[in-house]
Amino acid sequence: MDIDVNKVAMLARIRLTDDEAAELGPQLSGILGYIETLSEVDTEGVAATAHPHDAAMPLRANVVTNTNRRDELQASAPQTESGLYVVPKVIE
Amino acid sequence: MSWEVVIGLEVHCQINTRTKAFCGCSTRFGAEPNTQTCPVCLGMPGQLPVLNTVAVDKSILTGLAIGAKINLESRFDRKNYFYPDLPKGYQISQFAVPIVEGGHIDIPGKDGEKRIGVTRIHMEEDAGKSMHEGLEAVSHIDLNRSGVPLMEIVSEPDMRSADEAIAYLKQLHQLVRFLEVSGADMEKGQFRCDANVSVRRPGEPLGTRTELKNMNSFRFIKQAIDYEVMRQIEVIEDGGKVVQESRLWDSVKNESRSMRSKEEAHDYRYFPEPDLPPLRVSQEDVDAIRAGMPELPGQLRRRFETEFGLSPYDADVLSQTRELASWYESLVAAHPADPKRCANWMANELLGRLKEAGKEIENSPVSAESLAGLLDRIADNTISGKIAKDVLDAMMESGASADAIIEERGLKQVSDSGAIDAIIREVMAANPEQVEGYRGGKDKLMGFFVGQVMKASRGQANPGVVNQRLKELLKG
Repeated sequence: MDIDVNKVAMLARIRLTDDEAAELGPQLSGILGYIETLSEVDTEGVAATAHPHDAAMPLRANVVTNTNRRDELQASAPQTESGLYVVPKVIE
Repeated sequence: MSWEVVIGLEVHCQINTRTKAFCGCSTRFGAEPNTQTCPVCLGMPGQLPVLNTVAVDKSILTGLAIGAKINLESRFDRKNYFYPDLPKGYQISQFAVPIVEGGHIDIPGKDGEKRIGVTRIHMEEDAGKSMHEGLEAVSHIDLNRSGVPLMEIVSEPDMRSADEAIAYLKQLHQLVRFLEVSGADMEKGQFRCDANVSVRRPGEPLGTRTELKNMNSFRFIKQAIDYEVMRQIEVIEDGGKVVQESRLWDSVKNESRSMRSKEEAHDYRYFPEPDLPPLRVSQEDVDAIRAGMPELPGQLRRRFETEFGLSPYDADVLSQTRELASWYESLVAAHPADPKRCANWMANELLGRLKEAGKEIENSPVSAESLAGLLDRIADNTISGKIAKDVLDAMMESGASADAIIEERGLKQVSDSGAIDAIIREVMAANPEQVEGYRGGKDKLMGFFVGQVMKASRGQANPGVVNQRLKELLKG
């Protein structure tokens, strides 16, 4: 199974050199080929597994439990201004 | 040959919870930037989401109200894309198995109601807010909205004009407010719409569609759809092909433009959210939610027409919101003799004055009981309808009762024939030519005399008595 490694890298925002792409492409295709063997299993009449744990989801009460921790939480941000995160311009 | 327009809508509607979809942060609007965030909604490593129970209940309620199927087991998936207002790099959404499937919304049309299919309603989380204006090389990010719960309500491509699309949106907007599942304040972005638009020759398969993104005003949505339909028809009639793309409406230039640069990001690579097991709800829970469902706008409108004899227009106005409807019912309870008079005074007089004052019915300075007090005085002929409008103005100002204002200003209607006769005689004495004319057969002058007498009595004379006494005295 062939894979467009450059497209996958672009979607994941990972920059690859040509050498890396040449090396990783066949590796990823190999992994997909390995996974493909699963399709040989007869799953007729078997329900799809949504989650490995057969647990129902616990739910949270609709009650505010968090307080303002902006200073602490923004301490790890590269840049902030007046409480806002500053990022490279994103509008087209 | 004519063109047929095909429209499907996706509405993002904020579920009104106190806390976010997956964490205990407040959803309060208008807080200082980034003061309502935590490691979960900031996408810090190792944090686990836990779903808000009210978001689930309100999604189910909405599904039940549109006659949909509730999936007792639904799942969450990751929708992957990169944007700085999405800290995790993915949005938690429901892709494969949403909580609600099917259902419909009926819209008013020329030939009765038209049924618009709803494909699904799924829960997801909102992204943060990016700000670009006035900034050179940077953007600013506020993540207070990150993780706020949304319902995405997806329609079938059943609408055939911008007007039908707007009618559908208005019905849906009214419904979610009635159910109190969303504030649906469009200016605050709590009710936003994407429109999928295509054109075709009648009978042909669907044409290529474009998607108009993120519109939050009924007016702009209509303009954007109308513009897009014209644009597509021109492209095809000029021998071109419509390109499948997302477009953004520019409400200043009144045109849409392509968002080509985002196209590659459309590969969202959905996969099951490993942090959340399947969501299971019991049939008993669903039944309990159904039992608590309020009367819906359509039911209320029909009941107002049949039970109170209201015109379709008045019934519609007074069933716009739950607050309006319950206010009207309180008014009728306090003035049961004449539900139509209640509707007229509430819809035409009170709501007009409230609108001018920039107030909602919830904070009307005149209560339902107080307005009923005014209507009682019209019913027993203490004042005329015309004077009552002035009294209502005064009630809006001071909050005083109708009786107090009528008493204080001496506005009681004069029905005493002796007092009215005196006024009539004065008017006759001042207008001898008209008296002669009337007696000579000019019946139309009656209106002139009624007007003069009412004016001389400052509107307080009982018009019925005035008419009767005028006829008598003008005979001579």
